[in-house]
Amino acid sequence: MLLRHTSKEVKEREGLTINPAKTCQPIGAMYAALGIHGCLPHSHGSQGCCSYHRSTLTRHYKEPVMAATSSFTEGASVFGGQANLLSAIETIFSVYDPEVIAVHSTCLSETIGDDLQQITKKASDDGKIPEGKYVIYASTPSFVGSHVTGYANMVVGMTEQFAVSTGEKNDKVNIIAGWMEPSDMREIKSLASRLGVKIVLFPDTSDVLDAPQTGKHEFYPKGGITIDELKTVGDSKSSIAVGCITAEPAAVALDKKCKVPFETVDMPIGLSATDRFIMALSKAGGVEVPAELTAERGRLVDVMADMEQYFYGKKVALFGDPDQLMPLTEFLLDLGMVPKHIVSGTPGLRFEKRMKEILERAPGANFKNGPQADMFLMHQWIKNEPVDLLIGNTYGKYIARDEDIPFVRFGFPILDRIGHSYFPNIGYAGSLRLVEKILGVLMDQQDRTALEEKFELVM
Amino acid sequence: MPAKVNLPDPASITEELINKYPAKVAKKRRKSIVANDPDTIPEVQANVRTVPGIITQRGCSYAGCKGVVLGPTRDIVNIVHGPIGCSFYAWLTRRNQTRPETPEHENYITYCFSTDMQEEHVVFGGEKKLKVAIQEAYDLFHPKAIAIFSTCPVGLIGDDVHAVSREMKEKLGDCNVFGFSCEGYRGVSQSAGHHIANNGVFKHMVGNNNEIKPGKFKINLLGEYNIGGDAFEIERLLEKSGITLIASFSGNSTVGAMENAHTADLNIVQCHRSINYMGDMMETKYGIPWMKVNFVGVESTAKSLRKIAEYFGDAELKAKVEEVIAEEMPAVKEIIEEIRPRTEGKTAMLFVGGSRAHHYQDLFNELGMTTLSAGYEFAHRDDYEGREVLPNIKIDADSKNIEELKVTADPELYNPRKSPEEIEELKAKGLEMNGYTGMMKQMVHKSLVIDDVSHYESEKLIEIYKPDIFCAGIKKKYVVQKMGVPLKQLHSYDYGGPYTGFKGAVNFYKDIDRMVNNPVWKMIKAPWEKAESESLEASYVA
Repeated sequence: MLLRHTSKEVKEREGLTINPAKTCQPIGAMYAALGIHGCLPHSHGSQGCCSYHRSTLTRHYKEPVMAATSSFTEGASVFGGQANLLSAIETIFSVYDPEVIAVHSTCLSETIGDDLQQITKKASDDGKIPEGKYVIYASTPSFVGSHVTGYANMVVGMTEQFAVSTGEKNDKVNIIAGWMEPSDMREIKSLASRLGVKIVLFPDTSDVLDAPQTGKHEFYPKGGITIDELKTVGDSKSSIAVGCITAEPAAVALDKKCKVPFETVDMPIGLSATDRFIMALSKAGGVEVPAELTAERGRLVDVMADMEQYFYGKKVALFGDPDQLMPLTEFLLDLGMVPKHIVSGTPGLRFEKRMKEILERAPGANFKNGPQADMFLMHQWIKNEPVDLLIGNTYGKYIARDEDIPFVRFGFPILDRIGHSYFPNIGYAGSLRLVEKILGVLMDQQDRTALEEKFELVM
Repeated sequence: MPAKVNLPDPASITEELINKYPAKVAKKRRKSIVANDPDTIPEVQANVRTVPGIITQRGCSYAGCKGVVLGPTRDIVNIVHGPIGCSFYAWLTRRNQTRPETPEHENYITYCFSTDMQEEHVVFGGEKKLKVAIQEAYDLFHPKAIAIFSTCPVGLIGDDVHAVSREMKEKLGDCNVFGFSCEGYRGVSQSAGHHIANNGVFKHMVGNNNEIKPGKFKINLLGEYNIGGDAFEIERLLEKSGITLIASFSGNSTVGAMENAHTADLNIVQCHRSINYMGDMMETKYGIPWMKVNFVGVESTAKSLRKIAEYFGDAELKAKVEEVIAEEMPAVKEIIEEIRPRTEGKTAMLFVGGSRAHHYQDLFNELGMTTLSAGYEFAHRDDYEGREVLPNIKIDADSKNIEELKVTADPELYNPRKSPEEIEELKAKGLEMNGYTGMMKQMVHKSLVIDDVSHYESEKLIEIYKPDIFCAGIKKKYVVQKMGVPLKQLHSYDYGGPYTGFKGAVNFYKDIDRMVNNPVWKMIKAPWEKAESESLEASYVA
């Protein structure tokens, strides 16, 4: 009983967040920036932020995560961080030679009012940015939104600051990736290629955060969208934003700047959301869905039908990020399961509204997001109404152990397992893997707790 | 001392490490990279700002205060006042283990508390929210103590966590509430946070409980945070030797123990950097001497136990300690004899912490391995050169903004445990009272000592020296391993441990044997790549 001091009685809290189901904006910006080839993310604030973000991303991906910091001390906090950033830009280009530095702010630099646009302009005016190199920025104060919105802001930054429109459209479709794993981005590219749709995917962390062991450390691994490609996204015929929270803002920005019409779809987690994604992609590309993909879909539905008795009516508690929670909740409903308790620290009215729509199929479900929508509250709900399955990031393991609930790790961060960044979690393949994981833990629990005479060989 | 080895000329290597930097940066870094001479210790630049843009291993003041020092105490509710991230990242990531007396006793280490500041609190102030948060924490948990940690925006907007803490302490009555001004921008690394933490613990906890506990030889263990169960192993050895541990600062510890710490008769200091302030302050106020110990390494552990026995000067205790050492040694010997032939002659580099890069060299020596280069992330000069350099360290602006407590002898509780003559006698016997000789005296001639090593420098070092193992933290782990060199994490121990004491040494020997001799490092090249690379490698080694 590791969380034995969690009380069953739920009392409204206003000041204290306990065991948060979110973290802060800059880590999302850092992750998104790694999806540009040759990019060095830069944290404009004190060292601790950069150190913590690199550590968490490293633990999740088990890969090198390079990022620099403005290393504020008290002087910079009082007089402003401009001198630090200017000197950082100079040092970074001479020592690490990136194609682009992606600067994001922190609560420190935001509170003192550092203007990243003005400072990067000054860097450019002072000749600190070498020819053909770039510095982009995103404003990501930690006291607004969550890691999820930080990701969205950096993707907006890369879109606004790189996309140009030549006036001549090409035949490509932009796919703006919401916060997903490198394996998921790889899966999107694979799905598009199997459909025969020419896409530009950004950001793209595949081949960056799942780099092979070669005996050499590539400071800038081969993956990531190149700046040249990123410049062309303004000429694409349309965009698909995958995730209304993490990807849509960039699609809006691109439409505004370069008149690229867009459609927003849910992250393709589960059957229905993947169906919608495939239809959006086939529509945007003007292609038919190939039989091979329909067959892949069929295999997922087949397993869902074959194993339905293990899913039907089972109660689930889940926590995580909006773009993942929405389709995941829908998928649980499609499996016949009952989403019971759901929390997300990420605030947002649109998310709330959409979840309410989805949860119309689950009367009596608890859902809360924003401050105090934390794992402590979810645990209290579970104590009042137990569940059969818990889905969420690694921090869920404490609740799972205390309450003896089968647990599937999903989301960010996953610090204690591998696989999440290697196998897709999206598309029909990813959904099949999710079904297998859910079944695995449910059946393990059944095996572990069965009476001797009820212990089954065939399940 | 380690075996004599011939190392390449450090001067040319230093040039190679810094030649890519802009001139100003190179000039600065040069002072932090020195060729060691154990007989005439050179000066090393330390505890200075990291150059903006340099990829550093350092963290911030908050990380040192909450993450390192206060975090491991199980019965304090640690509320981080600030946006959510700071609290989230320090949540269970340091592997501080703790063992409550019973399942009903308090343990809040698994909980993460934050005021989750939003924009409105940055604009209009967050004190009101903080008060509500303290009250809610009290109502939910009724803890003995609540500590408040300031994050960057809190310092800037001027929220007074100390005033709020005083007010809430008075209001709650039976809960000690205190705050820390450990904003991330203070000082140049997490080291500033250690100092701030020491001051707060000393002011608000030590001395609150005067109960005299039974025990003939009473000590406190300072600077041990029970990562991977290290403190459990030290506690086992102390107990077996008949030494009473009043308090640990702060691994596997409680508020009550720390409040009673001033009743001990000796402070032993494991991590010098994080807590040397506490040793000095307790000596001045209560008359308790301190000495540096090291429970990492078999020889160091035996030596540390003997030092404690020598301090108390009790024949029975000395005999007991010898008995304990004699009992523990055979199991260690058996393992080391098996492993050493596989590790002998191999080389290591350590860039970690503010004491660990020193302590773990003892274990590598026991494995017959040489440390080619080492340095700390957040040390001060005394950690490298020895405490005698303290008067010569210049105080810069970044150190000045950390409060220096004016400590004087307590009119009632000051009781010098040893007279000046007795201390001199102990020193004459070779006991280093209130002192620390630092890392450099232990390292071989021409090894490179590097403070706050940068990413660029460490990659270069690996290319040049090709060590058999590299020790650092999580941010470096996969970088170094991508280069085909195993990295041993010495902050989190790669989720192993304990590594202290006799049993811990055995764990470490086995882990290092496994890592340096793991077949995977020979499988990096695919068979179809090998033919080409082998001929290359052969000429490379020669």
